[in-house]
Amino acid sequence: MAEVTLMKTPAETGLAQAFEGAKALLPGNAESRAQAFEQFNLRGLPHRRVEEFKYTDLRSLMREAAPFAAKPSGEEARAALANAKALAGVSALQVPFVNGHFVRDAVRFESLPEGVEVVPLAEALASGHDWLAHLSPIPWASDNPVYQLNTSFMADGVMLRITGPVETPVHLRFVTSSASAVATATRVLVLVEDGASVTLLESHESSNGAGHQPNDVVEIIAGDETDVRHIRMNVEGDQALALSTLAVKMGTEARLTSVNLVAGAAVSRHQVFGLFNGENAKAQINGATMIKGRQHADSTLVVEHGAPHCESRELFKTVIDDEATGVFQGKIIVPHHAQKTDGRMMSAAILLAEGGAMNNKPELEIFADDVQCAHGATCGQLDEDLLFYLMARGLPKKEAESLLVQAFLGEAVEFVDNEPVREALVAAIEEWLRTRS
Amino acid sequence: MLEIKNLVVQIEDKRILNGLDLTVNNGEVAAIMGPNGSGKSTLSYVIAGKEDYEVLDGEILLDGQNLLEMEPDQRAAAGVFLAFQYPLEIPGVASMTFLKAAMNAQRKARGDAELTMPDFIKRVNAAATQLEIPKDMLKRALNVGFSGGEKKRMEILQMALLQPTFCILDETDSGLDIDALRIVSEGVNALRSPDRSFLVITHYQRLLNHIVPDTVHVMSAGRIVKSGGKELALELEANGYADYRESEAA
Amino acid sequence: MPAVQETIDQVRLIDVDQYKYGFETEVEMEKAPKGLSEDVIRFISAKKGEPEWMLQWRLDAYKRWLTMKEPTWARVSYDKIDYNDIYYYAAPKNNPAPKSLDEVDPEILKTYEKLGIPLREQEILAGVEPRNRVAVDAVFDSVSVATTFKEELKKAGVIFMPISEAIREYPDLVRQYLGSVVPVTDNYFATLNSAVFTDGSFVYVPPGVRCPMELSTYFRINEKNTGQFERTLIIADKGSYVSYLEGCTAPKRDENQLHAAVVELIALDDAEIKYSTVQNWYPGDAEGRGGIYNFVTKRGDCRGKNSVITWTQVETGSAITWKYPSCILRGDNSRGEFYSIAVSNGMQQVDSGTKMIHLGKNTTSRIISKGIAAGRSENTYRGLVSAHRKATGARNFTNCDSLLIGNQCGAHTVPYIESKNASAVFEHEATTSKISEDQMFYCQQRGLSEEEATALIVNGFVKDVLQQLPMEFAVEAQKLISISLEGSVG
Repeated sequence: MAEVTLMKTPAETGLAQAFEGAKALLPGNAESRAQAFEQFNLRGLPHRRVEEFKYTDLRSLMREAAPFAAKPSGEEARAALANAKALAGVSALQVPFVNGHFVRDAVRFESLPEGVEVVPLAEALASGHDWLAHLSPIPWASDNPVYQLNTSFMADGVMLRITGPVETPVHLRFVTSSASAVATATRVLVLVEDGASVTLLESHESSNGAGHQPNDVVEIIAGDETDVRHIRMNVEGDQALALSTLAVKMGTEARLTSVNLVAGAAVSRHQVFGLFNGENAKAQINGATMIKGRQHADSTLVVEHGAPHCESRELFKTVIDDEATGVFQGKIIVPHHAQKTDGRMMSAAILLAEGGAMNNKPELEIFADDVQCAHGATCGQLDEDLLFYLMARGLPKKEAESLLVQAFLGEAVEFVDNEPVREALVAAIEEWLRTRS
Repeated sequence: MLEIKNLVVQIEDKRILNGLDLTVNNGEVAAIMGPNGSGKSTLSYVIAGKEDYEVLDGEILLDGQNLLEMEPDQRAAAGVFLAFQYPLEIPGVASMTFLKAAMNAQRKARGDAELTMPDFIKRVNAAATQLEIPKDMLKRALNVGFSGGEKKRMEILQMALLQPTFCILDETDSGLDIDALRIVSEGVNALRSPDRSFLVITHYQRLLNHIVPDTVHVMSAGRIVKSGGKELALELEANGYADYRESEAA
Repeated sequence: MPAVQETIDQVRLIDVDQYKYGFETEVEMEKAPKGLSEDVIRFISAKKGEPEWMLQWRLDAYKRWLTMKEPTWARVSYDKIDYNDIYYYAAPKNNPAPKSLDEVDPEILKTYEKLGIPLREQEILAGVEPRNRVAVDAVFDSVSVATTFKEELKKAGVIFMPISEAIREYPDLVRQYLGSVVPVTDNYFATLNSAVFTDGSFVYVPPGVRCPMELSTYFRINEKNTGQFERTLIIADKGSYVSYLEGCTAPKRDENQLHAAVVELIALDDAEIKYSTVQNWYPGDAEGRGGIYNFVTKRGDCRGKNSVITWTQVETGSAITWKYPSCILRGDNSRGEFYSIAVSNGMQQVDSGTKMIHLGKNTTSRIISKGIAAGRSENTYRGLVSAHRKATGARNFTNCDSLLIGNQCGAHTVPYIESKNASAVFEHEATTSKISEDQMFYCQQRGLSEEEATALIVNGFVKDVLQQLPMEFAVEAQKLISISLEGSVG
């Protein structure tokens, strides 16, 4: 390689050591892990000269590699879950993970809702379960260093199979609870069979004060005529460096709605990789990010229209207070054969204070001629006229701002049709606004 | 004279026209009426030569020339004019620019000299005045931001300027208020002449009060199922298309 | 309005081979030895009779360049360039620095005549309104062969001359500004240019002067295996105004030729510079053989308050275009504009766009980009809009639209939008579409052929940008666009 090999950072060295130490203990095919780690290690942590990480330089943001968390005892897990608050009021099938390990005791396998099957991943990896063949549904995701790290270190997770219309939401609850910083790597695979539908909830929370390093991957293979509603909530602790990936492959006439709310973590990067694999599918992928202090939140999205006649809509809203930094990178790819593609991507950001920053990079990569694609990006302050109008009606400035921020983020959240979930997201926005300095 | 013989047309494996026969003589105004989905708009597109329509059988002759062998622009030069139900917007192209390009293209195709600028402007002004089209509308990009009525007037303006021999009005009355309908109809009536014929496609009888047809044809399931004089339109207005729908089923 | 008709005629007249500037001129040339070395740089510098500081500047650039790597981030691919297989200096042998037009080789005069570039002032004067006159600097391979209206411009205080002459006659001005916008170390191609640039134009407009006519440079690459490395420097002093046009063509050849130019613009307080380009270098043949590699660094510095710099470009030529005319909005209330039409056909590759760097308060910028991809070409818009911490009240509006003709080509949009100031307002919108079948049918129904209809609709698509060009150039550009798209339909 022509590229000069850079000195390994302490974090990179730490990861290499961690992998050496863990590889013999991790379940499943050691070779594929080793391969993934080798690919990662060749380039190391991505930095600003790696185009996809231009605005989120992990080499400098990740000072040291936190040690991977051990499996918690039953009691520790129960205690951690008892304190978990995210989406607490939503009635759903709980599928919890504490410190990256599936809490088996919390799931009543004998009375799962009809149409839902749950297989613990650690066991599946160890026993070579059939469904493992479905892992990594999007080929190009394997080039992504964050994804490679997850593949190298994934210790546990679950595999779900949805075989029909499922009313009860399935709540993947990720909790990290440890006084000192720990790393986790969890993988969830969701197989949605033809004609099935499901609401998947994800919540990610961790204790404040420790630099936890979760790296979670959720992969969804949505069959023909499926309907998947996916709602994700990041309320990680204030020191966390949270990396996450959602990979979705969609079949013919599949429908996907994904809404990701980001409020937590010191540094977060959420990657959405979408692939249309059958005709006439539709996806709506949204993000609502609210950050303050010196938080850094990155939403990166790649949607490949791998089949003709598909429609994608992306709407990302970012509110930045204090000296926080927001990043949106979105790319719509339309290959030659994906005629009649309809893709629209919008990123809008509001800077509430001096000192904040927003980086937008909406991209179109188009090789088919009969398409309608568009993207837009805006960045600015709250509308002065609206603020004045509200204040003239008697609202104090802060309240007027809150109202406008709620409306602004609300546009991304209103796509959630499950009312308790939507209310929980709105409550999170209100909570964030209340705690604004 | 336009002659259509046993026209069979399908689009994406769906039969739309099923052996349609129709003759429109020079100077004649023929109306085609029929329920939604009977194939009226398809007929107009097939005469004008839109792609996507597969002609399985039959022929369309204009003054003996086989239209089906010609490209849309050649048909236009041969005298076919289609007033679109939904005229297209062309951003960035001023209406005047478009008119001049179209007029000269057709003149060239027929071996005529190009219009001089003063001659062109004179013609446009005369026609625009009659259709109550303000000058500033001609400077704007073609049909962009025009109201429904403005678009239809622009169609008739083009018809007046291009001097076709066979005009198709496809649901020209749709989206028009009573004043716009009057202006448009007067524009059409002024163009009636012994060597120009019209095919007026409409769902309602209303337009035919303004543009009085010589013959009326009822279309159903891709065929002409009844022909008559202008009184046939009134009959349809009174009784509706129910009878003809039943005949479809039969 | 007649332009559209002309365009259509033009399209019709052209047959398979659409590049009409592809002829070669037979002139005896003097060249530097092939390849790049300190000696070649000394040779160039000596040919130009340059002062020692200029030579040193070049040599420093060369040393730096040797340590640099060719950039790979653009969405273009080409075989490795052998920088030692290029002639860096080629000038007509007889009298490379003619004093007047009478001394210029008649073959060269014929060349410009054929290209439609008026070099004789009396011809230009005949029957032309004074305000429509254009002063021309004609650059033939490595040297400027003629500059018109120099005397008349001098009366107004405007300096317009080849840069090699300016280095000798106005060394202080040149030294003050050269490299102040595009530093010697800016990027691989700019650094190479700094080492080996041969000619280009120099313009200085004194305070308060509105340049009495359009200025233009016409670049022609003629000689085989030569690179053209021109350098243009335009300074608009306080309260002045200048409009500058550049045009470029080259003969048809099977091998690729390198054109690595640097253009620097400086606008002081209340000054305005309009810079327009109609780039029509030889694009290569249908199989992608030959054509110019157009690797150009263009940057304007709105150094003074209320200054304005406008870039307008019509890019139809070159095998590869790598070009990002940019504005540094340093002065408070300054404004930068970028209007671009980039047409690619055949096997052409375009990676072009702009950077608007907002540094000063209440700075505004506007980007309108229209990309048209046809054939098997790749057309990328790449742009950066950034607001720095102190750029209170910065505003940007960006609109970039792409049109695809045929399904063998690609159109890509890669914008970077970075704001570090809460009061900055940035708006970006982009669309990609094709000419709708319904629009085509509508035009054809009115009698336009498929080709005429395409030309008409494309002209409508690019109208916002064409309007920014001076009238004569707009007509020329419109023709060029239609010609470039020849053979893309049907």
